[in-house]
Amino acid sequence: MRRSAFRRSRGEGPFRFATTGAGILLLAIMAAIAVFLVVKAVPALQANTSHFLTEKVWTPNATKPVFGIAALAFGTVLSSFLALIMAVPIAIGVALFISHYAPRRLAGVLGYVIDLLAAVPSVVYGLWGVIFLIPFMQGPSTFLNTYFGWIPLFAGDAVYGKSMLTASVVLAIMILPIIAAISREVFLQAPKMIEEASLALGATRWEMIRMSVLPFGRPGVISAAMLGLGRAMGETIAVALIFPATFDIDIRVLSANGNSIAANIANGFGEATPIGQGALIASGLVLFIITLVVNMAARLIIARRKEFSGAAA
Amino acid sequence: MTMSPSVITPVSFNRRLKNRVVQGLVWLAFILAVIPLISVIWLVVKNGLARFDTEFLTHSMRNIGARDAGGGAYHAILGTLEQVGLATLISVPVGLLTAIYLVEYGQGRRLARSISFFVDVMTGIPSVVAGLFILAFWVLVLGLGYSGFAGALALSILMMPTVVRSTEEMLRLVPNELREASYALGVPKWKTILRIVLPTAFTGIITGIMLAIARVAGETAPLLLTVFITDSINTDPFTGPQMGLPLYIFDQMGRPNDTAIDRAWAGALTLILFVMLLNLAARIIAWWRSPAKGR
Repeated sequence: MRRSAFRRSRGEGPFRFATTGAGILLLAIMAAIAVFLVVKAVPALQANTSHFLTEKVWTPNATKPVFGIAALAFGTVLSSFLALIMAVPIAIGVALFISHYAPRRLAGVLGYVIDLLAAVPSVVYGLWGVIFLIPFMQGPSTFLNTYFGWIPLFAGDAVYGKSMLTASVVLAIMILPIIAAISREVFLQAPKMIEEASLALGATRWEMIRMSVLPFGRPGVISAAMLGLGRAMGETIAVALIFPATFDIDIRVLSANGNSIAANIANGFGEATPIGQGALIASGLVLFIITLVVNMAARLIIARRKEFSGAAA
Repeated sequence: MTMSPSVITPVSFNRRLKNRVVQGLVWLAFILAVIPLISVIWLVVKNGLARFDTEFLTHSMRNIGARDAGGGAYHAILGTLEQVGLATLISVPVGLLTAIYLVEYGQGRRLARSISFFVDVMTGIPSVVAGLFILAFWVLVLGLGYSGFAGALALSILMMPTVVRSTEEMLRLVPNELREASYALGVPKWKTILRIVLPTAFTGIITGIMLAIARVAGETAPLLLTVFITDSINTDPFTGPQMGLPLYIFDQMGRPNDTAIDRAWAGALTLILFVMLLNLAARIIAWWRSPAKGR
């Protein structure tokens, strides 16, 4: 180590120690989350009389507890992917609108309007979903069932507003702003020289975007979508009262079936016995692991393409 | 075969059509995205105003029967202010110090890189998992019971990574010349950070903190698992169940009476006003003191 000609200031050591300590504390919290979830999940898993990963039923409060993650995990993944399919195209459109189509002077304000969508608390979306969207979705759902009923997703004899599809719509609205915000950042970073060059060569605006903006932005959009996916999987309160809260594996998203890990935690916590609480914590551990994997993958995609580091939200 | 160089072939109809169609789709996407926002805000304002009165803001739900009108969210507003306040007190020092470590001390170190990575990952932790963690750790293992403080702990887990990220961004904006000038005058590094770097980035940091507060103020799931629910006023955040405004909305909307639904809407209006005002204030501070404006 090089020695400074000056005496080391007395405050330097403690200050440096405090800042490093705070950083290490954050790492410790991450580790503690995993450890404590495992610690409280294990007793419940031991009391379980069925196989946790393959069982669909959720009756951990019974004297002979039977519970498993299968139906909940299925609902979580299906509803999140549906939300993603709805949100990504619109989010890309919104991002392009703000980065390349909107009048320059308005772009900032319009971007802020989209950010406001993210500022609405999830419980408010939940209230809106229960009172307004559930009755409203009866119409579009009936339409899908009548004309696209041959697709297994939209099949079924009866159509409900309180369905997996409605929950997915709410999730899509909630993850749209984050996907749009990150995509917008990436699109704005597309090299201006190439854009101008393609316009000068006679490309239309769309051709310019297709050939120089979209290829440049693809990794950023992919990681944005994955961050959105992680968020959709963990969303709780907005969908807790929208999911029909059954424990079946049913691909028909218009039927009165569907649930998610997070929604089940919110709904089941009130009357949970100690074993029931442990079972919910075990399901939370599964959710934690799934979202961790999705988020880490998204972050790795961003990190691998250093050019996009400015887009990391 | 000869093509006069002075004639530029017009863009074919097909290409122009495609261009127009995409333009239309992009506008449509934006309109589609704004519709739910307008719908939510319109319904919250319209339905919320019915019960947004002084009784709502000054009374709790104690002794309000299942079908009774009246009652209010005073206990919930109080709880939210205490919980969010405590969460801010916990997460701001930790977040600030971590950001300082990452920007000023950590550069290139392995520890800094892993902290930075896990801060990013931490922003993606579902709020319900943060609640479950505090439930497992604070309520079940330590046996300290449900309280506003437990809720504050859960909220601070969600707040810390946002504070770190925004502070880090602001610290990186501080020009290195300022630091070097300070070192040249013989000021030690830690004093340079406290006296030069932090004050320079101050408004940006405040903006980030306010946005973080606005984000966690609307969180419901972690509170449900750690604060529990009560209809009475509990001013002490360290003992016994409390209420929070998001929890109040969730609790009321789950009740099957119109009077309760009205209260839920009024609660939603209060919460949105609170969150939006914080957001707006943060943006105004950011705009007012933005470094780009001064130069």
